[in-house]
Amino acid sequence: MTSAISTSTVRLVGVAVAGALALSAGAALAQTVKIGTPTFLTGAAAPAFGIPAKNGVELIVRGINNGELPAPYNTKGFAGRQVEALIYDEAGGGTKQVTEMRNKVQKDNVDAIIGIISSGTCAATTALSEELKVLTIQTVCGTTRVFEELNKDPKYVFRTINTATANNVSAARYIAAKMKGKVKGITGINQNYAWGQDSWRDFRLAMATLMPDVTATKKPQFPKIFSGQYGTEISALSRAKENLVHSSFWGGDLEAFIGQSSARGLFKRKLFVLTVGETVAYRLGKKFPQGIMVGTRGPYGMYVANDPSPINAWFQKEYRKAYGEPPSQPSYQYAQGYLAGKFAYDDAAKKAGKFPTTEQVIASLTGATFPSFVGNVTMGLSKGHQIVTDDRWGVTVWDDKKGEMVLEDVVIFPPGCVNPPNGVKSADWLKGGMKGAKC
Amino acid sequence: MDFELLLVILVDGLVYSSYLFLVAVGLTVIFGVQKVLNVTHGAFYAFGAYLTAYLIGLWAKGGLPDAGGFFLIFISAAILGVVLGVIIERGLLRFLYDRDEHIAVLATFAAFLVLEDVILLIWGTDPYLAFQPMSLLGSSEIAGLVFDNYSLTMIVLTFVVAFVLWYGLNRTQFGKILLAVIFDREVSMAMGINVTKVFLITFIIGTFLGALGGAYHAPIISVQPGIGVEVIVLAFAVVVIGGMGSIPGALIGAIVVGISRAAAVHLFPEVELFVIYGIMALVLIFRPEGLFAPIKARKI
Repeated sequence: MTSAISTSTVRLVGVAVAGALALSAGAALAQTVKIGTPTFLTGAAAPAFGIPAKNGVELIVRGINNGELPAPYNTKGFAGRQVEALIYDEAGGGTKQVTEMRNKVQKDNVDAIIGIISSGTCAATTALSEELKVLTIQTVCGTTRVFEELNKDPKYVFRTINTATANNVSAARYIAAKMKGKVKGITGINQNYAWGQDSWRDFRLAMATLMPDVTATKKPQFPKIFSGQYGTEISALSRAKENLVHSSFWGGDLEAFIGQSSARGLFKRKLFVLTVGETVAYRLGKKFPQGIMVGTRGPYGMYVANDPSPINAWFQKEYRKAYGEPPSQPSYQYAQGYLAGKFAYDDAAKKAGKFPTTEQVIASLTGATFPSFVGNVTMGLSKGHQIVTDDRWGVTVWDDKKGEMVLEDVVIFPPGCVNPPNGVKSADWLKGGMKGAKC
Repeated sequence: MDFELLLVILVDGLVYSSYLFLVAVGLTVIFGVQKVLNVTHGAFYAFGAYLTAYLIGLWAKGGLPDAGGFFLIFISAAILGVVLGVIIERGLLRFLYDRDEHIAVLATFAAFLVLEDVILLIWGTDPYLAFQPMSLLGSSEIAGLVFDNYSLTMIVLTFVVAFVLWYGLNRTQFGKILLAVIFDREVSMAMGINVTKVFLITFIIGTFLGALGGAYHAPIISVQPGIGVEVIVLAFAVVVIGGMGSIPGALIGAIVVGISRAAAVHLFPEVELFVIYGIMALVLIFRPEGLFAPIKARKI
């Protein structure tokens, strides 16, 4: 009898405690801003992009929640509420990501999505974001299709990174400025999907305008993404009469290509422009070839490693402390998405005098200019939903003192120099000779 | 077309063929004997690559000579052949031999997914680089182009593996037992052959070959999550072209695909992706059993 009473009492207490915990947890959760963050946690895109991006998010969320960031981001949380980042895997393709996003919004009740690496995922989910009415800040994908074809009148979708066009136009401008007389022709090796195809097209068109005497190959290489074996392509590139090779390879594909090309002396025979080469430069260390033009798609990673701006200095210091390595471009790009989120929530709350609605946050972010790691950035294109930043190019050189790869002969191209004017499609702008560029 | 280009296409084609053969031969050996379309094969490749790259990294950190990398390649493949071979064959496949062949495909696909996650648990998401053996062997000049010698050794390894398998199958007692089992499992059992043991040994050999493919490629590639998926698709294409279960078929299939692809990359790079699967489609249309499929006895 005693035992039975005791058991039921324990059960009652248990239920009460569980209920109380659930209620308090619910109350606590209600005070957070839940952000769904897709990034590659598995698969070939994880090491060079997904994991550094995840690290960047964890660090910036810690900084935001604790009020560690320098001004103007030195208040805690988004509009005073703690940020809860639900990081989930972006692997599996567009269809899976549509389901994942739907689940995050409808089951987990996230307030916003900040992330997305793959251009495929951005293209697959942009219409869904509008349908679900969820604020979505795309952080890495570069395809121009998002706002030029798929979502011409965006409301809920933003992107806080330059498009692939800006990346390749700035590469061409750097070559035109620094390699005049050295370049006899251009060829390319790019992965056979939207990113690779678009990158080569944009680079070729920009070069045709800036260096009309330089011919482009009729046989650019487009190996399958993640194929890992590039022996035949390296032979073809070695035999090509063009002496500059353009590549938008990234991650493991780029590492494998560099390893195989180095063993075959390709970097000694050709000039190279690697539009996102920085993603592996830190990892490869001395194995990364010197004298290579590498890009970061904006003021991120290697290009800002020594920039003294307070937010950047904090990020560099804390990232190296937390992860034992320097932050590369995806860490910056995801963190910049969160800075955009903080700016918009704080600004909207200030204007509303209370915690803002999604519509108020969107109004604050549309067309906004907000402080980022190394100065202000502006949501300047696509009706205020597409960011424009400067883009930077330089040449790799090993720094013995720092024990890491650094860049020299750096040129900074302002946003107006590498992006089309507002309302003009990227491809049309390139084909028309990049009229209206402000360099 | 100039002679130099032809020579380059031939060399590039043979290197790529070697890669294809090394990833496909284990698959065809297992199918030939056990009639199991083993999707787990991609994971064997990945395990081989990961273990080798990891060990070569440790070896280099210990300041030991780079030549040891070659020893580690074969040791890794042998260890994995035994460990994974026994686990998968005894723990999974032996329950499926009497079931429909499709069940084995699904079961090995499930095992493949599990093994992919095991790789992530053991080695994480960071890519591993183990270029030391490739750097050690240096390079040679052929037709005015520099080729790394390590890739050229893959051609030699391919012919060694093909010869050893042919010899083992046709000139040894175990080979004759295998042929008997391939021809008729029930009659072989009735004749006193320990088919269970034959299946286990065959699977260990197949696993070893899959792991060897990964281990030998590790010094060339960036060993990263997902490499097994890429490989299994290519391996299936080669096996289908050559004929399921045929070792000469896998060799010829790999050479046909490798050289066709190399020619495409040099002459018409836009059809490079199409070539492999185009050949596969043609073979399936005109010779669905593959170029060298073993003749099947019709049971009455």
